[in-house]
Amino acid sequence: MISEIFATGDSLLHRADPAIKIISALLLALSIAVGSSLEIAMAGFVIGILLAIMARLSPVPLGRRLLTVNLFTLLLWITLPLTGGGENVTILGPMELSSKGIALALLITLKTNGIYLILTALPATSSVHAIGHGLERLRLPHKLILLLLTTYRYLSLIEQEYKRLRRSAALRCFKASTSLHAYRTYGYLIGMTLIRSYARSRRVHRAMLMRGFQGNFPLLALQTIRPGDLWLLAACVVVALTLAFGPVFW
Amino acid sequence: MDNNSTSNILDLRDISFRYPGQEQPVFAGIDFQLKHEKVALLGDNGSGKTTLLQIMVGLLKPEKGGVYFNGRLMEEERDFFVLRQQVGMLFQHADDQLFCPSVLEDVAFGPLNLGRSRKEAMEISTSTLRSIGLAGYEDRITHHLSGGEKRLVALATVLSMEPSVLLLDEPTNDLDHDARHRLLEILSGLDMAFILISHDWDFLAELCTGFYGLTHGRLLKSETLQVHQHRHAHTLGEQGHHHLSP
Repeated sequence: MISEIFATGDSLLHRADPAIKIISALLLALSIAVGSSLEIAMAGFVIGILLAIMARLSPVPLGRRLLTVNLFTLLLWITLPLTGGGENVTILGPMELSSKGIALALLITLKTNGIYLILTALPATSSVHAIGHGLERLRLPHKLILLLLTTYRYLSLIEQEYKRLRRSAALRCFKASTSLHAYRTYGYLIGMTLIRSYARSRRVHRAMLMRGFQGNFPLLALQTIRPGDLWLLAACVVVALTLAFGPVFW
Repeated sequence: MDNNSTSNILDLRDISFRYPGQEQPVFAGIDFQLKHEKVALLGDNGSGKTTLLQIMVGLLKPEKGGVYFNGRLMEEERDFFVLRQQVGMLFQHADDQLFCPSVLEDVAFGPLNLGRSRKEAMEISTSTLRSIGLAGYEDRITHHLSGGEKRLVALATVLSMEPSVLLLDEPTNDLDHDARHRLLEILSGLDMAFILISHDWDFLAELCTGFYGLTHGRLLKSETLQVHQHRHAHTLGEQGHHHLSP
């Protein structure tokens, strides 16, 4: 269900500490998101590309993911040039294209892709498991991390339960269609998946009680911060500060 | 902890239990004592074997009767918390038992809950894994393991708490020949009291000295294993297993 396709690798960024990567990505993404000039958006996009190259992300799956992201920006390209208003208007047949709208669509597209590349190159090069550790190190609430990790751990099992039920329905010649019978069957499938997942969660809880669980989820720290991580953080902080406050001084 | 083989570690007195909404009780007035010994618990599906184990460790509360651990009556959750440090349970489905992402974390979960430091917990876990032949599995992701590996890791998560009693619920289910053999070797090497639920007679005969049958809400002890003749298929020709007598 969640395939961590970018999580394995041997690049500099793959080896970096997840906590550092989370902070760095957050700072960069924020400074790009609040910037209003095209230059900052452009710089963010270039930083994203550079980081993706540093992480040696395989281009085909990355491209496929960027395509999904840009389905959203495509909507903006369809609507904004027509509704942007402003004075500079190009007439194209029966349509009036606003240059302000086009500039806005370009700004959002650059920002979106830049931030997406940064998030893929930084946190997504760690496994969900390692990110949980990173968040723990950043002193995030224990319960939220617990929810994240257990959800991730059991999502695949819930999916398996659902698939098993679907297979057994398919084996008895069930075909999806627009009929009351099909809707009812889907209702049963979803209901059964919920019930089974609930029953499983109770069994898991019992197993946890058997091992002395008292509401706390102690995590073993597997990684330690190395000098290289601090350099990465420092570089990201400088870049983020430049993006955020640079325009004030220029 | 008294390791004397004549004193009762676990003592169930007059236990009755009924699932909510059911008229028939699962048990009515069961007595059961476990000393430092390895016993098998036999019974048909639905006869209440797993239920009985869950009552022993306080996961289910009996309608009537009490659980005594080393002579003390277990009354509240707090008492059972202490009991569960000493009584480990291997669940029927390893997937229910492994909930941490990595193997090392899962094995260290128990020791950490018992207040060990991270360093101690890691050491205990690594040595537990090594002792059952799973050295090098520390960073593996639990849900990517095979069924046999999952069962052994689940056993490691229980053993890392250094229990004195082990409750095993159908440990050989879904295991192939090799995994079953490995489990048998590990379990025969452990010096602790067992209660083993299984339908795998050969496995029980290898490990257990006492046999209990659970039928119609009653627990009956049979002192010895009956040696008998029977017919069975040899899927691997003559190499399936050894025969004691022709």
